[in-house]
Amino acid sequence: MKYALFLGCTIPARGRNYELSARKIAQPLGIDIVDIEDFICCGFPVKTSDMDAAMLLGGYNLALAQQQGLDMCTLCSSCTSALTETAHHLSEDRTTRNLINKRLNKVGLQYEGHVKVRHFARVLFEEVGEAEIKKHIKRDLSDLKIAIHYGCHYLKPSEIYDGFDNAENPNTLDTLIALTGAEVVDYPGKNRCCGGPVLPVHEKTAMAVTKQKLDDIKTAGADAICLICPFCSVMYDGNQKSIESEFETEYNLPVLYLPQLLGLAMGYDRKELGLNMNVVKTKKLLAGYFEKT
Amino acid sequence: MSDLNLKSADATFIHELTEQPGGEKVRACFTCKTCSASCPITAVNETFNPLRIIRLALYGFRDQVLGSDFIWLCSSCYSCQERCPQGVCIADFMTLLKNMAVKAGYAPTGIRAQKNLVTKDGRIYPLDDFDNKKRKKIGLPQLPTTCEVVKRLFPEE
Repeated sequence: MKYALFLGCTIPARGRNYELSARKIAQPLGIDIVDIEDFICCGFPVKTSDMDAAMLLGGYNLALAQQQGLDMCTLCSSCTSALTETAHHLSEDRTTRNLINKRLNKVGLQYEGHVKVRHFARVLFEEVGEAEIKKHIKRDLSDLKIAIHYGCHYLKPSEIYDGFDNAENPNTLDTLIALTGAEVVDYPGKNRCCGGPVLPVHEKTAMAVTKQKLDDIKTAGADAICLICPFCSVMYDGNQKSIESEFETEYNLPVLYLPQLLGLAMGYDRKELGLNMNVVKTKKLLAGYFEKT
Repeated sequence: MSDLNLKSADATFIHELTEQPGGEKVRACFTCKTCSASCPITAVNETFNPLRIIRLALYGFRDQVLGSDFIWLCSSCYSCQERCPQGVCIADFMTLLKNMAVKAGYAPTGIRAQKNLVTKDGRIYPLDDFDNKKRKKIGLPQLPTTCEVVKRLFPEE
């Protein structure tokens, strides 16, 4: 399993804990990561204003991966959907591919249309597999109650994901987290959006969407949230304090990235997983695990 | 927005929409409201209502739709698109409306700023030496702090 790791914009700036933990667990699980430093924005943030620009950005990144003969592994769900969508368009629609290639030609690139884009969680589920991950589990996390936030673009639009998982009733993250022994807590609106994309347009609306989910998760009795997208994390972890003060409420819900949770079960230390960088403190929640080892 | 007069509607708007990606199947909408009922934004802010936006567009209220504040509230979560019984690509339709609004000169500052950043720096969050210092400290590889290639990819920006 060899992949070009696509970080996107948000992870290097605001999700180093995600990147660190993903790289940490990738190695023992047999995911060989290649860094391509020329990768730029996936195109997702400009899709709203200019679809053609979004596709050019996506095509540029896909062409760079193709040049190295690699498929792409993404950590951000928005990058996943933007790149997968562009890859689909460019492999199916020759007219668009020719138009994009005309512009890529100016930077000495061409895209033929064969690169696959896979979210890190999908690689864990489909390629590494449950049996292999199980072999690496060293800590039992059965004291933890975890609420999973799938987010939107890991699974949707479903037409671009070749039947992977089920957008209405997903189970891939449930399956991966169950391997750690942690209890997965169900709650209403599990598939609902984090509100993030509306943040630059109407902060109040975005925060209200986030709040609704934090309320539901708290009511369901979860100890922590587990997610797989840096922008969802900005909303639940980064903005949790502001939501608490804006709406005069208290959640105190730590937000863990999937590789942090898996890495914890695989026996890694706090700092190796970047747990010290999470905004809502995880120390109290996880104290028992680190004392035991 | 309360005074909508069909005399001010533009019958050509719907043709323009159906000819572009995202707009192809919008005429098939039969107002079942599954989109609005599934929308996480409508649930907290009723000024955003996908069903209403589709109706306004179908009736030809071009300026009222493209010049509105509400089209920007779509979070592109695809809940509506996944569930539409008529196969209307509603999230893609919202993207089309936003793209057309930008071309017509309407766009919130935040949306314009995102595009400027990406086409000038190659990223929405440009990186500097301080970021690389923090990366180095925890053993992450260094990343470029400038991006020349976007200037050639987007010479017009």
